[in-house]
Amino acid sequence: MTAVVEQRMAEPVNESVTKGSLRIDDVVKIYDPDGAAVMAVDHCSIDIPAGEICMIVGPSGCGKTTLLNAIAGFHDITSGSIHMDGELLCGPGQMQAEPGSDRIVVFQNGALFPWKTNLDNIAFGPMMAGKLSKSEIYEKARTMMADAGLSGTENNYPGEISSGLRRRVEIVRALMNDPKVLLFDEPYRALDSLTKSVMHEALLEIYYRNKVTIFFITHDLEEAIFLGHRLIIMSSRPCKPKKIVEVDIPHPRDYSVLTSARFREIMSEAKGVVHEEAQKAFDAGEKEG
Amino acid sequence: MSLKKFADKIFSRAALRGIVAIVIFLIIWEIGARSEQLFGYRFPFLGLVPPPSDVLVSWAGLIGDPSYWQSWYMSFLRVFGGFIAAMLIGIPLGLFMAVNKTFYGMYFPTFEILRPIPPLAWVPASIIFWPTQELSIAFVTFLGAFYTIVINVLGGARSINKQFLQAAQSMGASQWDIFRRIVLPATLPSIVVGSAVGMGITWEVVVAAEMISGGGSSGGGAGGGLGFFIWSSYVGGSYEQIIVGMISIGIAGYLSSELLRQAGGLLTPWLKTR
Amino acid sequence: MANSSEVADSAVSMAAPQSTEISSMSLTMYRVSNWLKSPRPYLMVIGFAAVLSFWYFAVEVWKLPRFQDMPGLTEVFSEWFSKDPYYGLSVYTPEYYKHIGISLRRIGFAFLLATGLGVPLGLFLGWSKTFREYVFPLFELFRPIPVLAWVPLAIIMFVGSETPVVFLTFLASFFATTLNTMLGVESIDESYSRAARCLGANRWQTFKHVVVPGAMPYIFTGLQISIGVAWFSLVAGEMVSGQFGLGYVINTSYMMIEYPKIIIGMITLGIVGYSTSAMVRLLGDYLMQWRVRELALGDS
Repeated sequence: MTAVVEQRMAEPVNESVTKGSLRIDDVVKIYDPDGAAVMAVDHCSIDIPAGEICMIVGPSGCGKTTLLNAIAGFHDITSGSIHMDGELLCGPGQMQAEPGSDRIVVFQNGALFPWKTNLDNIAFGPMMAGKLSKSEIYEKARTMMADAGLSGTENNYPGEISSGLRRRVEIVRALMNDPKVLLFDEPYRALDSLTKSVMHEALLEIYYRNKVTIFFITHDLEEAIFLGHRLIIMSSRPCKPKKIVEVDIPHPRDYSVLTSARFREIMSEAKGVVHEEAQKAFDAGEKEG
Repeated sequence: MSLKKFADKIFSRAALRGIVAIVIFLIIWEIGARSEQLFGYRFPFLGLVPPPSDVLVSWAGLIGDPSYWQSWYMSFLRVFGGFIAAMLIGIPLGLFMAVNKTFYGMYFPTFEILRPIPPLAWVPASIIFWPTQELSIAFVTFLGAFYTIVINVLGGARSINKQFLQAAQSMGASQWDIFRRIVLPATLPSIVVGSAVGMGITWEVVVAAEMISGGGSSGGGAGGGLGFFIWSSYVGGSYEQIIVGMISIGIAGYLSSELLRQAGGLLTPWLKTR
Repeated sequence: MANSSEVADSAVSMAAPQSTEISSMSLTMYRVSNWLKSPRPYLMVIGFAAVLSFWYFAVEVWKLPRFQDMPGLTEVFSEWFSKDPYYGLSVYTPEYYKHIGISLRRIGFAFLLATGLGVPLGLFLGWSKTFREYVFPLFELFRPIPVLAWVPLAIIMFVGSETPVVFLTFLASFFATTLNTMLGVESIDESYSRAARCLGANRWQTFKHVVVPGAMPYIFTGLQISIGVAWFSLVAGEMVSGQFGLGYVINTSYMMIEYPKIIIGMITLGIVGYSTSAMVRLLGDYLMQWRVRELALGDS
């Protein structure tokens, strides 16, 4: 733990990141099950500078995941465009982005392959790319696991380790590919609040050491304020930015931030908006998913 | 709306593709079966089978034949007789095994040892034991569905969420209430699944038993049935009728499972919300 | 189960291959000793004794109506283990092993063929929507027809008495394997294939690393069912047509009024059938270590 603290001192904030900016421009997504058009995302525009931790906050089922899936390339958008570093991901001419290892998703329920050992999971991306030799890949994988405090679990299967460790393996698996953007789809939803707090600090440590942009979906306001540079509070279905909250608490952060006066101020500023949207979603009878 | 949905379903791409595949299959079958007339060379396997057009003609001739429908009736009677007997004995037995640990410990191993013996291997022993051939067929049919039903009921009853039972107890339910209002409905989905599988096996067994006993001896009053229909068509050399019989059994089996599915759906309405 | 959580800890901290092997062995020992301390083995013996003594008394002592025609317990077992069997079939006669061997050969051939064709077919049916839309309706058209209704047609289509029997056995296995494999592919959580694509896997790599291993649990459930229905239809096939094999023994013994042989055939079928499905299960456990280890921890 002390080593990590020293590293934080050495490298303050990710201002040096130049790659991984996202520009979401007037995106609309309409699902069309059996002719009853359902608008999931409504003229949504968000600009995310490179290296930012951008927290997308909204009630369950508001359509946040739809936006994430569009960036990742899991489905198309109806209109609008998304650019990464000025290059078109999806938009007119190509409504569905091509999934790639520059944008990696950390899934809600975790998507470590249960049939591969943790080490094989982590080596998976580079093995698919085939640019490095097998021994180089596995050496890098072992080093990264050791850095993330995962030594000793290399030959275990994901099903044999705790869910907190699983999330960490999944993040390391993503980082093995030197992604520009990490897309988090409520990854800590199923964890208890104590484990969550440990995971948050660990995520920030990883962030301070790796130059990535983070697009993080959550409905947990405390998590959002603790981690993010900025919160984008979304309206419930259709999903659209309703309020943007700047978190001006300096990084690096640790858990003392949670009890600070500024944290409480931001919390109360955001709480009213979020609660109102949650009430709306609840009244609309959205099924949690 | 529902009519439009129905039309959409029929003209959907998936349905059209299915129809295309089936039509192509029928054409290949027809050509293959007539290969000797067409090319002077008999295709392997298919060349020995009657063509679908002949099957259709033969079927049209049978539609008005009461003995054909008598075969349907006989088979249905046997299937449902054996099946209902298996339910009546299998469901209480499965539930009892789930509730009573001593009984489970004593007889489940025996049950597991008997289970790998295929039901049809019981046919001769059954014929020796039961006074009439009809009863021996009924016994083997019963056996086919029995194992599956017991296993499913037992599994279902043992996997009931314990919190349901605790909740009922805390609300003051008696043992009988718990059994009737928690254990029984919670096991219903497994009963439905077990019955559906059991129904499939029952048809297999009835068809085979009708072929074995009907083919082996004509006496004993166990004639008739679709299995016997196929077998006698084979012995009599009318091969088109064999295929008519196979299709008839397919339809009959499908109808029985559909009936069971509908009944199961009515019994477990809460599963629809998924 | 205190011990299995201990095993989990040691596996995490050491993570050396031998250490997990040792702990799985100690786990087995622990389970066996637990089993012996529970009332279960004794109840089991009582259950067997009750059923066997009922058989003995009903047939050979009380000579109850209907039961007295059946072969009795002592009659069957003295024949089965006799060096000089009255009806010519016991564990000491080569004849006995010939029948077992022939049945096993038929099962093996049909099962391997059904697995070799059914698993790839099921994988493609689950993987490619287009392929499924064309082929699956055809598959569904044949499925409601009981395999045993194919008996006469099989005899017509295939020459000799051997191929029809193997064909029937194959057909039963094939449907079970294909269907379960397809369901297995459909059961795979979509996020696994999404994750693979995110990590740069192409379509073929996704198939190899996600679809095949992800469907494996269902495939092996299918193979368990498959070997069961294979025996089911093999027996029917051997009883109707064909020479040699355990189904043939049962049927001819009935016709020749050599009743004890019927029971010997049935018990042998049970033992051999159980052993083959146990082999399939062991193979599945061997190929799916990840699942075995997960489930072992789930006990605690």
